[in-house]
Amino acid sequence: MGKTKNRDGGVSRRGFLKAMGVGGAGMLLPAAAARAGEPRVPRPSDGELATLLDLSKCIGCGACVEACRESNAHKFPEPEKPFPDLVPSSRAKNEDWSDKRDVDDRLTPYNWLYIQNAEVEYEGESYDINIPRRCMHCQNPPCANMCPFGAAGKQTNGITRIHDDICMGGAKCRTVCPWNIPQRQSGVGLYKDLMPRFAGNGVMYKCDRCYQKLEKGELPACIEVCPENVQTIGPRHEIVAEAKRLAKEMNGFIYGLEENGGTNTLYVSPVPFDEINKVIDKHPLNKPVGKGLGPGKPHMGPVKDVMADETNLATATLLAPVAGIAAGILGLGARLADKEDDDES
Amino acid sequence: MKARPYPRWISRLFILLAGVLAVTGFMQMPITKRYYLSDLPGMAWSANFYTVHRVHYVLAALFLLLLGIVAANWFRAWRGKLALTGFGWARIAVVAALVVSGGFRVYRNLPGVTLDPSLVLAIDWVHLIAAVLLGVLALAALIARRSAYAVRR
Repeated sequence: MGKTKNRDGGVSRRGFLKAMGVGGAGMLLPAAAARAGEPRVPRPSDGELATLLDLSKCIGCGACVEACRESNAHKFPEPEKPFPDLVPSSRAKNEDWSDKRDVDDRLTPYNWLYIQNAEVEYEGESYDINIPRRCMHCQNPPCANMCPFGAAGKQTNGITRIHDDICMGGAKCRTVCPWNIPQRQSGVGLYKDLMPRFAGNGVMYKCDRCYQKLEKGELPACIEVCPENVQTIGPRHEIVAEAKRLAKEMNGFIYGLEENGGTNTLYVSPVPFDEINKVIDKHPLNKPVGKGLGPGKPHMGPVKDVMADETNLATATLLAPVAGIAAGILGLGARLADKEDDDES
Repeated sequence: MKARPYPRWISRLFILLAGVLAVTGFMQMPITKRYYLSDLPGMAWSANFYTVHRVHYVLAALFLLLLGIVAANWFRAWRGKLALTGFGWARIAVVAALVVSGGFRVYRNLPGVTLDPSLVLAIDWVHLIAAVLLGVLALAALIARRSAYAVRR
Protein backbone atom coordinates (compact mmCIF):
# COMPACT_ATOMS: atom_id res chain seq x y z
CA MET A 1 0.00 0.00 0.00
CA GLY A 2 1.46 3.29 -1.03
CA LYS A 3 -0.08 5.43 1.63
CA THR A 4 1.27 4.56 5.02
CA LYS A 5 -1.47 5.44 7.36
CA ASN A 6 -0.38 6.68 10.72
CA ARG A 7 -0.76 4.33 13.61
CA ASP A 8 -1.16 5.78 17.03
CA GLY A 9 1.01 4.32 19.69
CA GLY A 10 4.39 4.59 21.26
CA VAL A 11 6.29 2.49 18.80
CA SER A 12 6.88 3.84 15.34
CA ARG A 13 6.79 1.55 12.38
CA ARG A 14 10.48 2.15 11.81
CA GLY A 15 11.31 1.33 15.39
CA PHE A 16 9.13 -1.75 15.34
CA LEU A 17 10.66 -3.09 12.16
CA LYS A 18 14.12 -2.35 13.40
CA ALA A 19 13.38 -4.21 16.59
CA MET A 20 12.10 -7.17 14.63
CA GLY A 21 15.19 -7.14 12.47
CA VAL A 22 13.26 -6.69 9.29
CA GLY A 23 15.72 -4.05 8.18
CA GLY A 24 18.54 -6.51 8.59
CA ALA A 25 16.60 -9.20 6.82
CA GLY A 26 16.02 -6.79 3.99
CA MET A 27 19.75 -6.29 3.69
CA LEU A 28 20.21 -9.99 3.34
CA LEU A 29 17.66 -10.21 0.58
CA PRO A 30 18.54 -7.37 -1.68
CA ALA A 31 18.74 -9.16 -4.96
CA ALA A 32 15.39 -10.85 -4.78
CA ALA A 33 13.67 -7.77 -3.48
CA ALA A 34 15.29 -5.56 -6.03
CA ARG A 35 14.52 -7.81 -8.93
CA ALA A 36 10.87 -7.78 -7.99
CA GLY A 37 10.82 -4.11 -8.93
CA GLU A 38 12.99 -4.70 -11.98
CA PRO A 39 15.51 -1.96 -11.33
CA ARG A 40 17.89 -1.44 -14.17
CA VAL A 41 21.55 -0.78 -13.56
CA PRO A 42 22.38 2.30 -15.59
CA ARG A 43 25.08 2.22 -18.22
CA PRO A 44 27.73 4.92 -18.74
CA SER A 45 25.99 5.85 -21.97
CA ASP A 46 22.88 6.78 -20.05
CA GLY A 47 24.37 10.19 -19.27
CA GLU A 48 23.02 12.12 -16.32
CA LEU A 49 21.36 9.77 -13.87
CA ALA A 50 18.68 10.57 -11.35
CA THR A 51 17.02 8.65 -8.58
CA LEU A 52 13.34 8.50 -7.78
CA LEU A 53 12.16 7.90 -4.22
CA ASP A 54 8.58 6.81 -3.87
CA LEU A 55 7.82 7.92 -0.33
CA SER A 56 4.52 6.04 -0.31
CA LYS A 57 6.58 2.85 -0.18
CA CYS A 58 9.18 3.70 2.45
CA ILE A 59 8.58 1.90 5.74
CA GLY A 60 11.57 3.52 7.42
CA CYS A 61 13.26 0.21 8.16
CA GLY A 62 16.71 1.79 7.97
CA ALA A 63 18.18 -0.90 5.72
CA CYS A 64 19.39 1.79 3.32
CA VAL A 65 21.11 3.64 6.14
CA GLU A 66 22.98 0.54 7.23
CA ALA A 67 23.84 -0.44 3.66
CA CYS A 68 25.17 3.04 2.98
CA ARG A 69 27.45 2.81 5.99
CA GLU A 70 28.74 -0.60 5.01
CA SER A 71 29.26 0.25 1.39
CA ASN A 72 31.10 3.46 2.14
CA ALA A 73 32.93 2.50 5.33
CA HIS A 74 36.26 2.46 3.52
CA LYS A 75 35.78 6.14 2.65
CA PHE A 76 35.08 7.31 6.18
CA PRO A 77 37.66 9.57 7.82
CA GLU A 78 40.22 8.30 10.30
CA PRO A 79 41.38 11.55 11.87
CA GLU A 80 44.65 12.05 13.65
CA LYS A 81 44.38 13.46 17.14
CA PRO A 82 45.03 15.84 18.71
CA PHE A 83 43.60 18.24 16.17
CA PRO A 84 45.51 21.40 15.24
CA ASP A 85 44.77 24.42 17.42
CA LEU A 86 42.94 26.50 14.88
CA VAL A 87 43.53 30.22 14.50
CA PRO A 88 41.63 32.22 15.53
CA SER A 89 40.21 29.86 18.12
CA SER A 90 37.20 32.10 18.64
CA ARG A 91 36.04 31.56 15.06
CA ALA A 92 37.52 28.33 13.78
CA LYS A 93 36.32 25.24 15.61
CA ASN A 94 37.31 21.65 15.13
CA GLU A 95 34.41 19.38 14.23
CA ASP A 96 34.80 15.83 15.43
CA TRP A 97 32.38 13.03 14.67
CA SER A 98 34.93 10.25 15.05
CA ASP A 99 33.65 9.40 18.54
CA LYS A 100 30.03 9.63 17.41
CA ARG A 101 30.14 7.27 14.48
CA ASP A 102 26.94 5.53 15.50
CA VAL A 103 24.79 8.64 15.15
CA ASP A 104 22.17 7.83 12.54
CA ASP A 105 19.47 10.43 13.11
CA ARG A 106 21.18 13.07 11.02
CA LEU A 107 23.86 13.49 8.37
CA THR A 108 27.44 13.21 9.63
CA PRO A 109 30.78 12.40 7.99
CA TYR A 110 30.04 8.79 8.98
CA ASN A 111 26.36 8.78 8.08
CA TRP A 112 25.60 9.98 4.58
CA LEU A 113 21.97 8.89 4.57
CA TYR A 114 19.35 9.02 7.27
CA ILE A 115 15.60 8.84 7.52
CA GLN A 116 13.36 11.70 8.47
CA ASN A 117 9.85 11.09 9.64
CA ALA A 118 6.77 13.21 9.06
CA GLU A 119 3.38 12.54 10.56
CA VAL A 120 1.02 14.56 8.42
CA GLU A 121 -2.71 15.10 8.38
CA TYR A 122 -3.84 15.72 4.81
CA GLU A 123 -7.33 15.78 3.38
CA GLY A 124 -8.75 13.98 6.37
CA GLU A 125 -6.19 11.21 6.43
CA SER A 126 -3.13 10.61 8.56
CA TYR A 127 0.13 9.77 6.89
CA ASP A 128 3.35 8.51 8.38
CA ILE A 129 5.93 9.48 5.79
CA ASN A 130 9.51 8.26 5.99
CA ILE A 131 12.02 10.17 3.93
CA PRO A 132 15.51 8.87 3.17
CA ARG A 133 17.67 12.01 3.10
CA ARG A 134 21.05 12.44 1.51
CA CYS A 135 22.68 14.64 -1.10
CA MET A 136 20.19 15.85 -3.69
CA HIS A 137 22.84 15.72 -6.45
CA CYS A 138 21.72 19.02 -7.98
CA GLN A 139 21.77 19.43 -11.72
CA ASN A 140 23.73 22.65 -11.23
CA PRO A 141 25.36 22.07 -7.85
CA PRO A 142 26.53 25.21 -6.04
CA CYS A 143 28.85 23.13 -3.85
CA ALA A 144 30.80 22.11 -6.96
CA ASN A 145 30.48 25.42 -8.77
CA MET A 146 31.71 27.46 -5.85
CA CYS A 147 34.37 25.22 -4.33
CA PRO A 148 37.52 27.37 -4.58
CA PHE A 149 39.81 24.38 -5.03
CA GLY A 150 37.80 22.21 -7.39
CA ALA A 151 37.49 19.58 -4.68
CA ALA A 152 33.78 19.18 -5.27
CA GLY A 153 32.75 18.32 -8.78
CA LYS A 154 29.82 17.07 -10.74
CA GLN A 155 30.41 14.06 -12.95
CA THR A 156 28.79 13.61 -16.31
CA ASN A 157 26.66 10.83 -14.83
CA GLY A 158 25.06 13.35 -12.48
CA ILE A 159 26.97 12.44 -9.33
CA THR A 160 28.37 15.31 -7.32
CA ARG A 161 31.45 14.10 -5.46
CA ILE A 162 33.80 15.68 -2.98
CA HIS A 163 37.37 14.52 -3.49
CA ASP A 164 38.79 13.93 -0.04
CA ASP A 165 42.38 14.28 -1.24
CA ILE A 166 41.81 17.87 -2.40
CA CYS A 167 39.18 19.12 0.05
CA MET A 168 40.46 21.58 2.64
CA GLY A 169 37.38 21.35 4.84
CA GLY A 170 36.50 25.02 4.70
CA ALA A 171 32.84 23.97 4.67
CA LYS A 172 31.88 26.52 2.05
CA CYS A 173 30.02 23.74 0.26
CA ARG A 174 27.87 23.20 3.35
CA THR A 175 27.07 26.89 3.54
CA VAL A 176 26.16 27.31 -0.12
CA CYS A 177 24.23 24.04 -0.32
CA PRO A 178 20.53 24.90 -0.08
CA TRP A 179 20.14 21.87 2.16
CA ASN A 180 23.47 22.16 4.01
CA ILE A 181 24.22 18.54 3.17
CA PRO A 182 28.04 18.07 3.38
CA GLN A 183 29.42 17.44 6.85
CA ARG A 184 32.90 18.14 8.16
CA GLN A 185 35.42 15.99 9.95
CA SER A 186 38.49 17.77 11.29
CA GLY A 187 41.91 16.17 11.57
CA VAL A 188 42.03 14.62 8.11
CA GLY A 189 42.98 15.76 4.65
CA LEU A 190 45.29 18.03 2.76
CA TYR A 191 45.14 20.95 5.19
CA LYS A 192 47.17 18.98 7.70
CA ASP A 193 50.14 19.08 5.30
CA LEU A 194 49.88 22.79 4.57
CA MET A 195 49.07 25.33 7.26
CA PRO A 196 46.81 23.30 9.53
CA ARG A 197 46.31 26.02 12.10
CA PHE A 198 45.60 28.80 9.66
CA ALA A 199 43.82 27.40 6.61
CA GLY A 200 41.30 24.62 6.22
CA ASN A 201 39.74 22.41 8.84
CA GLY A 202 39.40 18.84 7.59
CA VAL A 203 37.38 17.24 4.84
CA MET A 204 33.72 17.44 3.88
CA TYR A 205 31.75 14.24 3.40
CA LYS A 206 28.45 13.38 1.80
CA CYS A 207 26.71 10.83 -0.39
CA ASP A 208 28.61 10.08 -3.60
CA ARG A 209 25.88 7.76 -4.79
CA CYS A 210 28.21 4.78 -4.46
CA TYR A 211 30.13 5.82 -7.58
CA GLN A 212 32.43 2.84 -7.13
CA LYS A 213 29.49 0.47 -7.46
CA LEU A 214 27.97 2.28 -10.43
CA GLU A 215 31.34 2.09 -12.18
CA LYS A 216 31.19 -1.68 -11.80
CA GLY A 217 27.67 -1.82 -13.15
CA GLU A 218 26.10 -2.27 -9.73
CA LEU A 219 23.33 -0.35 -8.03
CA PRO A 220 24.10 2.08 -5.21
CA ALA A 221 23.86 0.26 -1.89
CA CYS A 222 20.77 2.08 -0.65
CA ILE A 223 18.86 1.18 -3.79
CA GLU A 224 20.08 -2.38 -3.97
CA VAL A 225 19.21 -3.22 -0.38
CA CYS A 226 15.78 -1.61 -0.09
CA PRO A 227 13.19 -4.30 0.65
CA GLU A 228 10.39 -2.05 -0.57
CA ASN A 229 11.97 -0.85 -3.80
CA VAL A 230 11.54 2.71 -2.72
CA GLN A 231 14.27 3.96 -5.03
CA THR A 232 14.79 3.72 -8.74
CA ILE A 233 17.79 4.99 -10.68
CA GLY A 234 18.05 5.74 -14.36
CA PRO A 235 18.58 8.39 -17.00
CA ARG A 236 17.12 11.65 -15.73
CA HIS A 237 14.57 12.06 -18.49
CA GLU A 238 13.20 8.59 -17.76
CA ILE A 239 13.16 9.23 -14.02
CA VAL A 240 11.39 12.55 -14.46
CA ALA A 241 8.76 10.91 -16.66
CA GLU A 242 8.31 8.15 -14.12
CA ALA A 243 8.06 10.64 -11.24
CA LYS A 244 5.35 12.54 -13.07
CA ARG A 245 3.49 9.36 -13.89
CA LEU A 246 3.71 8.19 -10.31
CA ALA A 247 2.63 11.55 -8.92
CA LYS A 248 -0.34 11.57 -11.25
CA GLU A 249 -1.25 8.04 -10.29
CA MET A 250 -1.22 8.73 -6.56
CA ASN A 251 -2.48 12.30 -6.95
CA GLY A 252 0.76 13.23 -5.24
CA PHE A 253 3.59 15.69 -5.33
CA ILE A 254 7.17 15.86 -6.57
CA TYR A 255 10.18 17.38 -4.81
CA GLY A 256 13.35 17.96 -6.77
CA LEU A 257 11.90 18.75 -10.15
CA GLU A 258 12.19 22.51 -9.76
CA GLU A 259 14.05 22.89 -6.48
CA ASN A 260 17.37 24.63 -7.01
CA GLY A 261 16.72 24.49 -10.72
CA GLY A 262 16.26 20.72 -10.62
CA THR A 263 18.00 17.96 -8.75
CA ASN A 264 18.94 14.42 -9.61
CA THR A 265 17.07 13.17 -6.58
CA LEU A 266 13.31 13.24 -7.02
CA TYR A 267 10.88 12.48 -4.22
CA VAL A 268 7.26 11.60 -4.90
CA SER A 269 4.86 11.84 -1.98
CA PRO A 270 1.12 11.48 -1.50
CA VAL A 271 1.12 14.60 0.68
CA PRO A 272 2.41 18.09 -0.18
CA PHE A 273 6.02 18.73 0.69
CA ASP A 274 5.05 21.97 2.38
CA GLU A 275 3.15 19.88 4.91
CA ILE A 276 6.08 17.52 5.31
CA ASN A 277 8.46 20.40 5.75
CA LYS A 278 6.34 21.85 8.53
CA VAL A 279 6.69 18.82 10.74
CA ILE A 280 10.08 17.26 10.05
CA ASP A 281 12.95 17.82 12.44
CA LYS A 282 15.12 20.08 10.33
CA HIS A 283 17.54 22.92 10.05
CA PRO A 284 15.45 26.00 9.26
CA LEU A 285 15.43 27.14 5.65
CA ASN A 286 17.72 30.05 4.86
CA LYS A 287 19.14 30.15 8.37
CA PRO A 288 22.91 30.45 8.26
CA VAL A 289 24.89 27.45 9.39
CA GLY A 290 26.20 28.29 12.81
CA LYS A 291 29.11 27.01 14.78
CA GLY A 292 29.41 23.52 16.13
CA LEU A 293 28.73 20.31 14.33
CA GLY A 294 26.50 21.75 11.64
CA PRO A 295 22.81 21.21 11.02
CA GLY A 296 22.79 17.80 9.32
CA LYS A 297 19.01 17.76 9.12
CA PRO A 298 17.92 19.13 5.75
CA HIS A 299 14.59 20.83 5.23
CA MET A 300 12.11 20.03 2.50
CA GLY A 301 10.98 23.54 1.68
CA PRO A 302 10.97 25.35 -1.64
CA VAL A 303 14.39 26.28 -3.00
CA LYS A 304 14.94 28.79 -5.74
CA ASP A 305 17.72 28.30 -8.27
CA VAL A 306 20.62 29.63 -6.21
CA MET A 307 22.84 29.96 -9.30
CA ALA A 308 20.24 31.93 -11.29
CA ASP A 309 21.98 35.28 -10.81
CA GLU A 310 25.26 33.81 -12.00
CA THR A 311 23.46 32.43 -15.04
CA ASN A 312 22.18 35.91 -15.87
CA LEU A 313 25.53 37.52 -15.20
CA ALA A 314 27.19 35.06 -17.55
CA THR A 315 25.49 36.93 -20.38
CA ALA A 316 27.04 40.14 -19.11
CA THR A 317 30.52 38.60 -19.17
CA LEU A 318 29.91 37.59 -22.77
CA LEU A 319 28.57 40.97 -23.90
CA ALA A 320 31.07 43.12 -21.99
CA PRO A 321 34.11 42.51 -24.21
CA VAL A 322 31.98 42.98 -27.30
CA ALA A 323 30.78 46.32 -25.93
CA GLY A 324 34.38 47.20 -25.10
CA ILE A 325 35.55 46.43 -28.62
CA ALA A 326 32.72 48.53 -30.01
CA ALA A 327 33.65 51.40 -27.72
CA GLY A 328 37.30 51.08 -28.72
CA ILE A 329 36.41 51.10 -32.40
CA LEU A 330 34.40 54.25 -31.79
CA GLY A 331 37.53 55.82 -30.37
CA LEU A 332 37.10 55.56 -26.60
CA GLY A 333 40.53 55.74 -24.98
CA ALA A 334 42.32 55.80 -28.30
CA ARG A 335 44.25 58.99 -27.86
CA LEU A 336 47.84 58.42 -26.86
CA ALA A 337 49.66 60.98 -24.77
CA ASP A 338 51.93 63.34 -26.61
CA LYS A 339 55.55 62.27 -26.38
CA GLU A 340 56.47 65.14 -24.11
CA ASP A 341 53.57 64.61 -21.67
CA ASP A 342 53.65 60.81 -21.40
CA ASP A 343 52.15 59.58 -18.18
CA GLU A 344 55.01 59.06 -15.76
CA SER A 345 52.86 57.64 -13.01
CA MET B 1 60.41 54.65 -14.90
CA LYS B 2 59.13 53.79 -18.33
CA ALA B 3 56.50 56.16 -19.60
CA ARG B 4 52.98 54.95 -20.20
CA PRO B 5 51.83 56.46 -23.44
CA TYR B 6 48.30 55.06 -23.23
CA PRO B 7 45.58 56.96 -21.34
CA ARG B 8 46.05 57.24 -17.60
CA TRP B 9 42.41 56.30 -16.88
CA ILE B 10 42.94 52.98 -18.63
CA SER B 11 45.95 52.20 -16.42
CA ARG B 12 44.17 53.19 -13.26
CA LEU B 13 40.97 51.36 -14.10
CA PHE B 14 42.97 48.26 -15.03
CA ILE B 15 44.87 48.31 -11.72
CA LEU B 16 41.69 48.98 -9.76
CA LEU B 17 39.71 46.19 -11.42
CA ALA B 18 42.58 43.70 -11.29
CA GLY B 19 43.02 44.54 -7.61
CA VAL B 20 39.40 44.12 -6.58
CA LEU B 21 39.11 41.02 -8.75
CA ALA B 22 42.08 39.57 -6.89
CA VAL B 23 40.53 40.44 -3.54
CA THR B 24 37.10 39.05 -4.39
CA GLY B 25 38.82 36.08 -6.00
CA PHE B 26 40.64 35.21 -2.81
CA MET B 27 37.43 35.83 -0.90
CA GLN B 28 36.06 32.78 -2.70
CA MET B 29 38.00 30.92 -0.05
CA PRO B 30 36.17 30.77 3.27
CA ILE B 31 38.43 33.24 5.05
CA THR B 32 36.55 36.50 5.54
CA LYS B 33 34.40 35.30 8.41
CA ARG B 34 37.14 33.25 10.00
CA TYR B 35 39.55 36.16 10.01
CA TYR B 36 37.01 38.85 10.97
CA LEU B 37 37.27 40.68 7.63
CA SER B 38 33.50 40.59 7.37
CA ASP B 39 33.29 42.27 10.77
CA LEU B 40 34.99 45.39 9.45
CA PRO B 41 32.64 48.30 8.78
CA GLY B 42 31.14 48.01 5.32
CA MET B 43 32.50 44.51 4.79
CA ALA B 44 29.58 42.43 6.05
CA TRP B 45 28.73 41.48 2.47
CA SER B 46 31.98 39.55 2.22
CA ALA B 47 30.61 36.89 4.57
CA ASN B 48 28.03 35.91 1.99
CA PHE B 49 29.64 33.58 -0.53
CA TYR B 50 26.97 34.23 -3.14
CA THR B 51 27.35 38.00 -2.89
CA VAL B 52 31.13 37.73 -3.24
CA HIS B 53 30.69 35.39 -6.18
CA ARG B 54 28.31 37.75 -7.97
CA VAL B 55 30.48 40.78 -7.27
CA HIS B 56 33.36 38.85 -8.84
CA TYR B 57 31.21 38.22 -11.93
CA VAL B 58 30.29 41.91 -12.23
CA LEU B 59 33.90 42.99 -11.82
CA ALA B 60 34.98 40.41 -14.36
CA ALA B 61 32.48 41.82 -16.84
CA LEU B 62 33.87 45.33 -16.30
CA PHE B 63 37.40 43.99 -16.66
CA LEU B 64 36.47 42.33 -19.94
CA LEU B 65 34.86 45.58 -21.09
CA LEU B 66 38.14 47.36 -20.46
CA LEU B 67 40.14 44.64 -22.18
CA GLY B 68 37.81 44.98 -25.16
CA ILE B 69 38.49 48.72 -25.34
CA VAL B 70 42.25 48.19 -25.11
CA ALA B 71 42.26 45.38 -27.66
CA ALA B 72 40.25 47.41 -30.15
CA ASN B 73 42.52 50.40 -29.71
CA TRP B 74 45.63 48.26 -30.04
CA PHE B 75 44.63 46.77 -33.35
CA ARG B 76 42.99 49.92 -34.65
CA ALA B 77 45.40 52.66 -33.61
CA TRP B 78 48.22 51.71 -31.26
CA ARG B 79 49.92 48.74 -32.88
CA GLY B 80 52.13 50.78 -35.16
CA LYS B 81 53.08 53.31 -32.51
CA LEU B 82 53.60 51.20 -29.41
CA ALA B 83 55.68 48.14 -28.61
CA LEU B 84 54.93 45.71 -25.81
CA THR B 85 57.54 45.43 -23.09
CA GLY B 86 58.82 42.11 -21.74
CA PHE B 87 56.77 42.52 -18.59
CA GLY B 88 53.87 43.54 -20.83
CA TRP B 89 54.06 40.31 -22.83
CA ALA B 90 54.33 38.22 -19.68
CA ARG B 91 51.38 39.86 -17.97
CA ILE B 92 49.24 39.72 -21.11
CA ALA B 93 49.87 35.98 -21.28
CA VAL B 94 48.81 35.62 -17.66
CA VAL B 95 45.76 37.85 -18.12
CA ALA B 96 44.82 35.72 -21.13
CA ALA B 97 45.07 32.60 -18.95
CA LEU B 98 42.86 34.29 -16.37
CA VAL B 99 40.31 35.30 -18.97
CA VAL B 100 40.18 31.88 -20.61
CA SER B 101 40.04 29.94 -17.33
CA GLY B 102 37.54 32.43 -15.91
CA GLY B 103 35.43 32.04 -19.03
CA PHE B 104 35.46 28.29 -18.58
CA ARG B 105 34.41 28.73 -14.96
CA VAL B 106 31.48 30.90 -15.99
CA TYR B 107 30.57 28.39 -18.67
CA ARG B 108 30.67 25.40 -16.37
CA ASN B 109 28.46 27.23 -13.86
CA LEU B 110 25.67 27.43 -16.42
CA PRO B 111 22.76 25.05 -15.98
CA GLY B 112 22.95 22.10 -18.31
CA VAL B 113 26.74 22.23 -18.58
CA THR B 114 28.76 19.41 -17.04
CA LEU B 115 32.44 19.27 -17.86
CA ASP B 116 34.82 16.46 -17.03
CA PRO B 117 35.83 16.87 -13.36
CA SER B 118 39.54 16.66 -14.26
CA LEU B 119 39.14 19.53 -16.69
CA VAL B 120 37.24 21.53 -14.07
CA LEU B 121 40.01 20.91 -11.56
CA ALA B 122 42.63 22.06 -14.09
CA ILE B 123 40.60 25.18 -14.90
CA ASP B 124 40.22 26.06 -11.22
CA TRP B 125 43.92 25.72 -10.53
CA VAL B 126 45.01 27.55 -13.68
CA HIS B 127 42.78 30.44 -12.60
CA LEU B 128 44.15 30.47 -9.06
CA ILE B 129 47.80 30.14 -10.09
CA ALA B 130 47.45 32.75 -12.84
CA ALA B 131 45.99 35.23 -10.34
CA VAL B 132 48.95 34.71 -8.02
CA LEU B 133 51.37 34.93 -10.96
CA LEU B 134 49.85 38.21 -12.14
CA GLY B 135 50.37 39.65 -8.67
CA VAL B 136 53.99 38.47 -8.61
CA LEU B 137 54.67 39.88 -12.08
CA ALA B 138 53.03 43.18 -11.23
CA LEU B 139 55.14 43.48 -8.11
CA ALA B 140 58.31 42.55 -9.99
CA ALA B 141 57.57 45.09 -12.69
CA LEU B 142 56.92 47.74 -10.08
CA ILE B 143 60.18 46.99 -8.27
CA ALA B 144 62.08 46.99 -11.56
CA ARG B 145 60.41 50.31 -12.40
CA ARG B 146 59.19 48.82 -15.67
CA SER B 147 55.48 48.62 -15.03
CA ALA B 148 54.34 49.90 -18.44
CA TYR B 149 52.77 47.25 -20.67
CA ALA B 150 53.81 49.13 -23.79
CA VAL B 151 56.13 51.96 -24.70
CA ARG B 152 56.57 54.09 -27.75
CA ARG B 153 58.43 52.48 -30.59
